[in-house]
Amino acid sequence: MSVFVHKHSKVIIQGFTGQHATFHAEESMKNGTTVVGGVTPGKGGQEHLGLPVFDTVHQAVEKTGADVSGIFVPPPFAADAIMEALEAGVGVVVVIADGIPVQDMVRVKRYAADKNAIIIGPNTPGIITPDACKVGIMPSHIYTPGRIGVVSRSGTLNYEAVQQMSELGMGQTTSVGIGGDPVNGTDFVTVLSAFEDDPETEAVIMIGEIGGPQEVDAARWAKENMSKPVVGFVAGVSAPPGRRMGHAGAIISGEADTANAKMDLMEELGVHVVRNPALIGETARRVFS
Amino acid sequence: MNIHEYQTKELLRGYGVAVPDGRVTHNVDNAVAIAEDLGGERGVVKAQIHAGGRGKGGGVKVAESLDEVRQFTDEMIGMQLVTPQTGEEGRLVQRVLVEQACDIKKEYYLGLVIDRATQRITVIASASGGMNIEEVAKTDPDRVIREAVDPAIGLAGFQCRKIAAKIGLRGQQISEAAKLMQALYKCFREKDALLAEINPLAELGDGKLMALDAKMSFDSNAMYRRPTITELRDFDEEDSKEVEATGHGLNYIALDGNVGCIVNGAGLAMATMDSISFHGGKPANFLDVGGGASPEKVGNAFRIVLQDPNVKIILVNIFAGINRCDWIAEGLVQAMRDQDISVPIVVRLAGTNVEKGAPILEASGFPFIMADNLDDASTKVMASLEASA
Repeated sequence: MSVFVHKHSKVIIQGFTGQHATFHAEESMKNGTTVVGGVTPGKGGQEHLGLPVFDTVHQAVEKTGADVSGIFVPPPFAADAIMEALEAGVGVVVVIADGIPVQDMVRVKRYAADKNAIIIGPNTPGIITPDACKVGIMPSHIYTPGRIGVVSRSGTLNYEAVQQMSELGMGQTTSVGIGGDPVNGTDFVTVLSAFEDDPETEAVIMIGEIGGPQEVDAARWAKENMSKPVVGFVAGVSAPPGRRMGHAGAIISGEADTANAKMDLMEELGVHVVRNPALIGETARRVFS
Repeated sequence: MNIHEYQTKELLRGYGVAVPDGRVTHNVDNAVAIAEDLGGERGVVKAQIHAGGRGKGGGVKVAESLDEVRQFTDEMIGMQLVTPQTGEEGRLVQRVLVEQACDIKKEYYLGLVIDRATQRITVIASASGGMNIEEVAKTDPDRVIREAVDPAIGLAGFQCRKIAAKIGLRGQQISEAAKLMQALYKCFREKDALLAEINPLAELGDGKLMALDAKMSFDSNAMYRRPTITELRDFDEEDSKEVEATGHGLNYIALDGNVGCIVNGAGLAMATMDSISFHGGKPANFLDVGGGASPEKVGNAFRIVLQDPNVKIILVNIFAGINRCDWIAEGLVQAMRDQDISVPIVVRLAGTNVEKGAPILEASGFPFIMADNLDDASTKVMASLEASA
């Protein structure tokens, strides 16, 4: 098994005919993903990559039975695209865009409250269940099927951890990028909970960064609710307070926000904390063997 | 994106928030004229820089006479104002805000933030005004009131009255405070703010409420639809290297170490800095080249990192997903050809097209120090620094 996306997932791409969307849709298909079509308003009825293009997500879902959407529209239009997917009944919505206004996401989350859907992102490389379903922009060749769940805020640091795992012969059930924005669709707790319920996942690597309480909240939740071990790392030990480190969400605004404060608390709560980012894979191997 | 206090007050005045009468100037004679115009002998002179804690560094002074207005303005304009937020070099004061002095009976705190815990716009209020709210939250958490706003409803009148009553306002003040909170919320929504802070919110001698100091910051991702706010940006308040980097689509933050960093992705950039620190080194900067890094972008990254005279070595750490290692490698070689680079360069490449990237560096003949992984890269950085020390 896996979490959120699997080999039976039917994926549509919003913003399908755009250059990036096209490239990454093809990459996903090469990795075994079932892409069933896409949406570009005004281009309904056309064909793209041999698949149908629809004007609305509603039509796409009705005709293809899609249950996952990858959103590749630019930030100013992304919030509307997410709500369109939610309204059409899509169960997993993956939002790649980096730079969605925060207040747009505040409204999206309110809209999503009664929709029973999972929003992955925004500002994420996406989600991948290796060789079964990939919705996003990550380099699929570094991922291999396996027994470890990976969840991270950062994209490239997710790649870094996965590469370290691969070199030691460990693969992934699913790798989820929850994104670097302060208001995002899915938090660590939701993903940890899914990994706990997934019979194939044996352990989880959680990669956080400075800013916000969610890594510690997740560790607290894991202590109460998880039987599987969690390895944790928080990036930004050397980051100065008050400065936004690239990601809109990565800013130290109080003492509890620093990487060390978070890692100390996570350790107290039973997470296997890695202090050296080069040793994420090593630590995972030690904990899981 | 931050703006000055005087700009925030003008903005809020437009929404009906009571702020003291006052005007901004960069000239001493004008300052005196403004104080005279305001009618009172007593006035407040406030240095306009973006950093907080100005009072502690001598950037906020109450003048008892026009002579003192002249004296204080003369002292402030042109000074390097050092506050707990500026670093030891301070910030150049180019203008002052001259305001009417108020008769203050009590000080409150009122703020709006986007709270990560509730993922909503949240009102924060306290009867302990004029102090750092984070301090109050730590030492006296019961004195900090929080009220999250439902985005579908907006900030409701009853919520405002509840907050006002909880911080101890009475009678007429409750509806006055409610009006003020709703004005602040409206401004926050309409201008895509991330933070709005009135501290202190003063209760005057006659019982009226007034925003004595105000601070707002805005969501740079939303500024494409807020041209009137974008106009308020003051580039003098920002690091010139950071502004230049943004222009090239790079994310750069200057730090105080000597290891220059060029990385893709914010998380990996932070982890690279952490790895250097873990090995006993000090990063000179945070730099994220982002996705789709062209050779030209890499060249610009080098130029910006090398503007910092403290940089003794550069670590390039690329894990290409959407990027391509061959483009990065071409950019590195081009930068070595075009720029006078005398510091050693440690390079770690991984991900998309890595098999094409490494040979390009090798064939160039430049003495790149190649690293296999993150740990190896930091180890080589430290070894190289030690060898040259």
